Amino acid sequence: MALAVHKYDAVVIGAGGAGMRCSLQLARAGLRVAVLSKVFPTRSHTVAAQGGIGASLGNMDEDNWHYHFYDTVKGSDWLGDQDAIEFMCREAPKVVYELEHMGMPFDRNPDGTIYQRPFGGHSANYGEKPVPRACAAADRTGHAMLHTLYQQNVKSNTTFFVEWMALDIIRDAEGDVVGVTALEMETGEMAIFHAKCVLFATGGAGRIFAASTNAFINTGDGLGMAARAGIPLEDMEFWQFHPTGVHNAGVLLTEGCRGEGAILRNKDGERFMERYAPKLKDLAPRDFVSRCMDQEIKEGRGCGPNGDYIALDLTHLGAETIMKRLPSVHEIGKNFANVDVIKEPIPVVPTIHYQMGGIPTSIHGQVVVPKGDNPASVINGLYAIGECSCVSVHGANRLGTNSLLDLLVFGRAAGNHLIATALSSKAFKPLPANAADYSLSRVAKLDSSTGGEYPQDVANDLRKSMQLHAGVFRTQKTMDEGVVQVLAIAERAENLSLKDKSKVFNTARIEALEVANLMEAAKATMVSAAARHESRGAHTVDDYGDTAEHPLGRNDDTWLKHTLWFSEGNRLAYKPVNMKPLTVDSIPLAKRTF
Amino acid sequence: MLTDLEVSKLRWRCRRGFLENDLILTRLLERRGANFSEAEHVQLLSLIALDDNDLWEIIAGRTEVFPEGAADMVATLRETRVTH
Repeated sequence: MALAVHKYDAVVIGAGGAGMRCSLQLARAGLRVAVLSKVFPTRSHTVAAQGGIGASLGNMDEDNWHYHFYDTVKGSDWLGDQDAIEFMCREAPKVVYELEHMGMPFDRNPDGTIYQRPFGGHSANYGEKPVPRACAAADRTGHAMLHTLYQQNVKSNTTFFVEWMALDIIRDAEGDVVGVTALEMETGEMAIFHAKCVLFATGGAGRIFAASTNAFINTGDGLGMAARAGIPLEDMEFWQFHPTGVHNAGVLLTEGCRGEGAILRNKDGERFMERYAPKLKDLAPRDFVSRCMDQEIKEGRGCGPNGDYIALDLTHLGAETIMKRLPSVHEIGKNFANVDVIKEPIPVVPTIHYQMGGIPTSIHGQVVVPKGDNPASVINGLYAIGECSCVSVHGANRLGTNSLLDLLVFGRAAGNHLIATALSSKAFKPLPANAADYSLSRVAKLDSSTGGEYPQDVANDLRKSMQLHAGVFRTQKTMDEGVVQVLAIAERAENLSLKDKSKVFNTARIEALEVANLMEAAKATMVSAAARHESRGAHTVDDYGDTAEHPLGRNDDTWLKHTLWFSEGNRLAYKPVNMKPLTVDSIPLAKRTF
Repeated sequence: MLTDLEVSKLRWRCRRGFLENDLILTRLLERRGANFSEAEHVQLLSLIALDDNDLWEIIAGRTEVFPEGAADMVATLRETRVTH
C-alpha cells in the first residue's frame, strides 16, 4: 500500500511548550520543521499550567542558580541527575528573558522587572527561607507561554499538522530513527513523515489514573511509541501527587494559592504543616505535603462527614487578593466544589498530577539506551523533551515551576544541539521498505476486529486498577497485586473492538490507538513501582518506613539508581544516578526534611 | 439531530487542554448525544474554537463577551456546569 510521504528536516510530535520551543529554535535556523498535534497547538495541556516558571532572577529577594540547583536536587530526593539539574538551573534566567523578549506578558513589579512569587520547595541559602522564584503571567502562565510560542512559530514558518496522531517510530536496519507514521483524523488516512530527526514532545500519561488533574489528551503517546520500538522507559514509578486537587473532581488548585498564603487545615482547624515542616510549612514540596495530608486523614483528622479530605483556607487573604491573584481558584471553588473560597475553605485531596519518569535522554534531548557497558548510548535521530522525557531533572519528585522550565530549557537545548550538528546539510537516510507495515497492521487489526471489548471499557478498568494499586497509598502487597491485574488488563487490550469501522474522523479508532499507549505507560509504572523496595520522593510505600538504617524509608545502598523498564518481557534494568554536576561540587546525600 | 460524523468531530474537538473544560463539555455531550439543533451546533462550534482559558471564562460566567449569536449555548453550558 503506497502511503503519502512528507519530508522534513525535523518532525516534532506534540505542540505543547517543549515541542513549540524546540520547533521555534529549529525554524529560526532555517530548517524545514513539521509539528504534529492531536489538537490545535494552543489547546495543548501546557495551557493548564498556572503557577509559573522557576528562575533565579532575584527580582524580589537575593537568589542565585546554585540555590535553585540545591532545591531541585533535594526535591528530587537525590534521584535527579546533577549534571542535568545544573544545566537547567543555569539556563533558567536565559530562557525566561528570551520568552520576555518574544512578548510573553509576565506580571511586573512597580520598577518594571518581572514579578516573582514564592512556590513550594524553593528556598534561599540552601533551605533557610522561602524565596520568590516563580515568574508568572497571573494564573495563566502556560496559556501565555503557548500563545507566545505559537505566534513566534507561525512567524518563523513552522508547518503545523493539526489533528494528526503519530502512531509509530520508523527505525532503519542500523536502529536509527528516520521518521514516524501518523494518522490524519479528518481523512482517516495514514502517512509517513520522513525526517532527519524526530522529536517527541508528547507530554505525560496522567490519564492512566482515575483521579488525575490531567486533560483527557494526556495518554502517553510518545511513551507508547518508544516502548513498542524497544526503547526503555525510565523511573516510571515516580508520579507526583498534587496536594490540592478538588475533592471528588480532580481539578487542580494551583500551588500559587499557598504561595499567596493559603493554609491547609485539618478538621480541628489546625495548620498541621507547622508540625511537619516548621520552616517551609505549607510551602514544603508537593510529595511531602501530600504525605502529610494523607497522614492527617489516616489518623482521623480529615474533614467532612467521611473525614476524607483536607480544607484549604484562603479566607484570610481577602476578596481583593483572591480576585486579583487567584481568580481561577475562585471559579473552580464555585463550579467544582460549590464553595466560595473568599468565605469558606475548599475541600482538597492529593491527586495525580505529573509524571517524573519517561523516555531516557541526555541533556541535549537525545534519546539514550543501554548498550553493552554504556548505560546511555545515543539512538541516532530520536529526541525527547518535556514531560514525556526523563533527562532526569525531577528524579523522584518535581519542584513546582520546574515543569515549565524543563520545557523551555530542554526544548531549546534539543534545537540547539540539532543546529550544531549541521542538520540542514545532512542527507536523509533512506526509509526501510517496510516502513509503515507495523502501523498498518495495528490499524488493520482494529478495523477487522469483532467480538472484543470497547476501548473505553478497558481504559476505565485500567484507570481504576492503577488508582487502587499505584496511587498515593502504596503497599508492597497492593503493588504486587497491581502487576498481576494490570498485565491481565493489557492482555484484554490486545483484542479491542470498534463499533464504528468508518475511516473519516473515527474517534473510537483514535481512542483505541490511545489505549495501546496508555497500556505501555501503565505497565511501566506498575512493574517499576512493585520492584522498587524503598520509599523515595513520590514513591512512598508503607512497608518501607522510617528506620535508623534507612531514614524516611530511603535505601541509598540498594536503590540510588534509575529504573529502566522494557516492554518486551516486562524486563527491568537499572542505571546509575549521575551525582556529578557539570562544574560545581555534588550535593551530598542527606535526609530530606524541611 | 447531528450526523454520526458531526458527533465524532464534536467529541474530538471537545478534547481540551485542561480538565475543567473536558469535564463540562463531556457532561454536555453525554447528556445530549446527537440531539443538537443546527443552530445549537453552530453555536457550540463557535465556542469550542476559542482558547481554553477564554472558553472557561465564558462557561464559568466570568465574562459576557462571547461569539455573536452564541448566547443560548452559553446558557446551556453554564447550566451544565452547575447541574452535577
